[in-house]
Amino acid sequence: MILTIMVGTPARCWEGFYKEVIMKKSLFLSVAAIVGLTAGVAAAGTLDDTIARGHVKCGVSTGSPGFSGVDDSGKNVGFDVDYCRALAAAIFNDPMAVKFTPLSSSVRFTALASGEVDILARNTTWTYSRDTDLKQTFLGVTYYDGQGFMAKTSLGVSSTLELDGATICIQVGTTTELNLADYFKANGMSYEPLPTSDNAESKQQYLAGACDAYTTDASALHGTRINMENPSDHIVLPEIVSKEPLGPLVRHGDDEWADVGRWVLNALVIAEEKGITSANIDSFSDTKDAEIHRLLGTGDDDMMAMMGMPKDGMYNAIKHVGNYGEIFERNLGASSGINIERGVNNSWTNGGILYSPPFR
Amino acid sequence: MSNISFVREKEIPQSPPPITESNAIRWVRQNLFSGWLNSLLTILSVYFIYVCLRDFIPWAYGGIWTANSIRECLDINPDVACFSVIGARWRQLLFGFYPTEEYWRPILTFVLLFISIAPVLIPRFARFFWFSLIYPGIAVWLLWGGSIWPVFSIYLAISLTGLVFFLAKNKFKLSSGFSFTAAILFFFLYFIFIAGPFIALFKYILPINLVLIESLQFGGFLLSMIVGFSGIAASFPIGILLALGRQSDLPLVKMICVGFIEFIRGVPLITLLFVASVLLNYFLPPGTSFDIIIRVIIMVTIFSAAYMAEVIRGGLAALPVGQHEASAALGLSYWQSQRLIIMPQALKISIPGIVNTFIGLFKDTTLVSIISLLDPVGLASLIRADQKWNGIYWELYVAIGLMFFICCFGMSQYSQYLERKLKTDNS
Amino acid sequence: MSSVKLPVEKFRLGMLLGDTRYRSTTVQVIAFIIFVSVVFWLVDNTVKNLALLGKDVDFSYLWMRAGYDINQRLIPYTNDSTHGRAALVGILNTLLVAFIGCIIATIIGVFVGILRLSKNWIVAKLMSVYIEGFRNIPILLWIVMIFALLTEFTPAPRAFKGADPEASMIFFQSTAVTNRGAYFPSPVWGDGSVYLILIFILSLAAIFLFRRYAKNLQEETGKNLPKFWISLAIFFIPSILFYFILGGPVSLEYPYLKGFNFKDGIYVRNSFIALTLALSLYTSAFIGEIVRSGILAISKGQTEAASSLGLRPSRIMNLIILPQALRVIVPPMISNYLNLTKNSSLAIAVGYMDVRGTLGGITLNQTGRELESMLLLMGFYLCVSLCVSAIINYFNRSFQIKGL
Repeated sequence: MILTIMVGTPARCWEGFYKEVIMKKSLFLSVAAIVGLTAGVAAAGTLDDTIARGHVKCGVSTGSPGFSGVDDSGKNVGFDVDYCRALAAAIFNDPMAVKFTPLSSSVRFTALASGEVDILARNTTWTYSRDTDLKQTFLGVTYYDGQGFMAKTSLGVSSTLELDGATICIQVGTTTELNLADYFKANGMSYEPLPTSDNAESKQQYLAGACDAYTTDASALHGTRINMENPSDHIVLPEIVSKEPLGPLVRHGDDEWADVGRWVLNALVIAEEKGITSANIDSFSDTKDAEIHRLLGTGDDDMMAMMGMPKDGMYNAIKHVGNYGEIFERNLGASSGINIERGVNNSWTNGGILYSPPFR
Repeated sequence: MSNISFVREKEIPQSPPPITESNAIRWVRQNLFSGWLNSLLTILSVYFIYVCLRDFIPWAYGGIWTANSIRECLDINPDVACFSVIGARWRQLLFGFYPTEEYWRPILTFVLLFISIAPVLIPRFARFFWFSLIYPGIAVWLLWGGSIWPVFSIYLAISLTGLVFFLAKNKFKLSSGFSFTAAILFFFLYFIFIAGPFIALFKYILPINLVLIESLQFGGFLLSMIVGFSGIAASFPIGILLALGRQSDLPLVKMICVGFIEFIRGVPLITLLFVASVLLNYFLPPGTSFDIIIRVIIMVTIFSAAYMAEVIRGGLAALPVGQHEASAALGLSYWQSQRLIIMPQALKISIPGIVNTFIGLFKDTTLVSIISLLDPVGLASLIRADQKWNGIYWELYVAIGLMFFICCFGMSQYSQYLERKLKTDNS
Repeated sequence: MSSVKLPVEKFRLGMLLGDTRYRSTTVQVIAFIIFVSVVFWLVDNTVKNLALLGKDVDFSYLWMRAGYDINQRLIPYTNDSTHGRAALVGILNTLLVAFIGCIIATIIGVFVGILRLSKNWIVAKLMSVYIEGFRNIPILLWIVMIFALLTEFTPAPRAFKGADPEASMIFFQSTAVTNRGAYFPSPVWGDGSVYLILIFILSLAAIFLFRRYAKNLQEETGKNLPKFWISLAIFFIPSILFYFILGGPVSLEYPYLKGFNFKDGIYVRNSFIALTLALSLYTSAFIGEIVRSGILAISKGQTEAASSLGLRPSRIMNLIILPQALRVIVPPMISNYLNLTKNSSLAIAVGYMDVRGTLGGITLNQTGRELESMLLLMGFYLCVSLCVSAIINYFNRSFQIKGL
């Protein structure tokens, strides 16, 4: 009954109400929703919605050292956070135009599917079933990771294969759980899982000796180990038991929005390839390299118009947030205290496997 | 007059009781060592208290408040508490990510909260009940900010709807059913045609704005308070309706109410919160998306409404049936007798139960941390994920537990006081 | 006799609302229409949303391979088992925690409730602190803190290693308390143990018969046998006697350290201990209050009358107060059991794999079937609570004072 009244109402009549109340996203939104004033919210594409809203809705981890966290002043920081900031800078020329939603591993996909966030940059592994069955679109790989194990040196193990019968700390709701089961099964070993709710909890249990080894993505292991009271007491075992390409993802079915996310990521990689940093970016205005002109919007072609973005979008992203290398260094590298080697996560020109398609 | 007197003129000072009967010792003997079992229990208890406090007191008393990270704490003294984390993060624990310069708003809301509860609890202030009614709107406006006019327009709608009902009933002599229908119709018409232009107009004429705060910026105890209080406040009317529905003679209405109450009471709150976090968007029209905190408030409201209904039903059941009969004999209609006779008495009886429900709900707000909202417990995990404080454990939980204890204990003491005070008449 | 023609009142639409004869029907019809349309609206939205996301409602995932491991399982389960079986493992784990938690909570709660009424000042105060402390701090914090306590202040299994270990097993080298859990000796049933069990069951029957006999004896002659001690003797003596006669058919298998962990014996995980302990301590505070108020609800006259009859205080409690208080105590107690069961869904905080951890956690997360999983999960909890409600109703009916 209510619905029919609502549907029959000329949209113009409550346009003001809609603009004032719903767009403000305040509590009245719920009132409005209950009364049924909901039509027309999702009609446009995600990019248009985002531009109209004035900020990017980005889902990040509830806390993973180096990738996502909150500093003492309450500001979101981290590798994944910076990717979203670059995206915001590309769209709005303002890296702060992002609303971060911390998501636990078990609610992240539903939050994305329900539209609570528009992009998920939450060290999420790109897998076949997530891509197809869970209806997500992965935009690329921001970090090539693999699942590893850490154990105390005093335990005297030098290989994962010596962990038969061990108790292993593991975060619930992640792919590591399945990899762990597969790996031990393939090697005919048994283990006892000790599930924990987050990384900090895993570390606590591991340090207390409640588990013999602790498994998660190798990046996080290295990060955790470096910050232990005495890093040499702990050893990250050499075996990497799985491929964990981590990357941002969006919902299936909005290719324009996926393109924006994908190419902002690629732009950051290209910028490092070409040596463009946030500091020296302005010195490239008279470069001979046509691709740089296309990327930064300093040439005649307005490449970004193809995506419906400002011409200098990529310029702004790199200017405000820096290229891939800078982001890595700031959050995961030596200056962050986490001290992860670049390894494979280096530009292909430096012996890594980061390789962006050309910006043409 | 002879000076001989047989009457002692001055009282001799009382001599002290024998040492074994002096107050302290007698008290100890009677209360602590009256038999071998009692003595044993006393000794055991004292030993237990000693064991509990032996490690805790030096740990907490010597706590470090000035370090900048857990590493510094460990360097100074690894055996004592590192309360520095609370010094560094107390703002987040209390207010979440609410902007620092706007802290006056939640504080003011909190102070006004007490003023708004006063008329409900203290009969002397009952005439200020109107403030309790407008408080929710003020609180919403203060906390979330934005323009005041949308809030105002909702209040206007409610009062105008009431006016329409009153006019239809008393001026046009329509039956209450028709008046009610007319009022409801008016309510919707108001939102469809009048509210929008009204808000736009007044925003233009008289812009009263506060900085808009996103729900995501709420956290810490502020979040617990918001979820707890709005859950209880919103569930109150729903709970009354459900309780009446459950007692109703109409079988269908009764069935629906019983089904609803039993369903909600039968499942754990955490599953309802999961529904809020993963499923609620499925149940709403495609494209609707409002933020998680409001979804949580909705589910918490539904949850506490079911419990509230049971508390109020207890109050209703405690009333002697004569009250119903007497009001019926006076010729009062169902709603009149509910409003004038039944509810005032039933609600008075239920106040302690309502406070207890609230304490339970307030404690249960910690469950929102499981769906990764940043209440104090959620913030604790977030703080532990920070490189600087990774490894902190007890300090945070002890501090959070203490805060909850102070709030809940205070409220439960108050509810016991109310219980005693309300036990005035019979029995 | 001329038939009086009754005035036939013409039905008007307005009477549906105005006339009390029709009003209740109208209200019900309207309520029904609103109810049905709300349900329809919700279902319709769900169908539309699922279609938009390209999902369907399909429970067949329950028969697919789960692929993850569960540490505590009461029935055989491997990572090759199905999601449905994983859910079943979770359900059993939930029920186990709830069952054991309820027992411990009752025992502690009754003690605390009675001791709070003690004349011993320090004990009464200590119990008040206990009750207020547990009641006023959220259960989630208790679970987390007790788990941390168990992890931080018990030795790791490695501490038991070596010639001069830092930690050693307790109770004659039979039990190991580690920060992964406790290892108890497990019984090994040898030949003849069937007879032993038979003897044990027989002695239980004997206790039952003896108590009936003692009761009859007391009612007929007033003679009072020391029931408790004799029962205790019947409980233990025949079994122990036959244990030696049969040549010790039941032996204990002690846990021993091998590799990373202890082997053999019964392994009770810390997550289980912490969860059970936290739930039962928390609930026992509520039960303590119920017991106390139940006892206080019995009028003082009962106690005074009993003592003027010359009964000892323990007898007054057992024979006069508790039987009457029980009527007041049991219904709220059962609803507290229900709360305990529902609170056990917080198991995820310590990584205990209850039904919310398996079906509503990992399975939901790996398959992305949130609607189906949540429906099943809610259905399970609802079943449990409806069963318990049925028990409460049965109790209320059968324990009402007859003739009142």
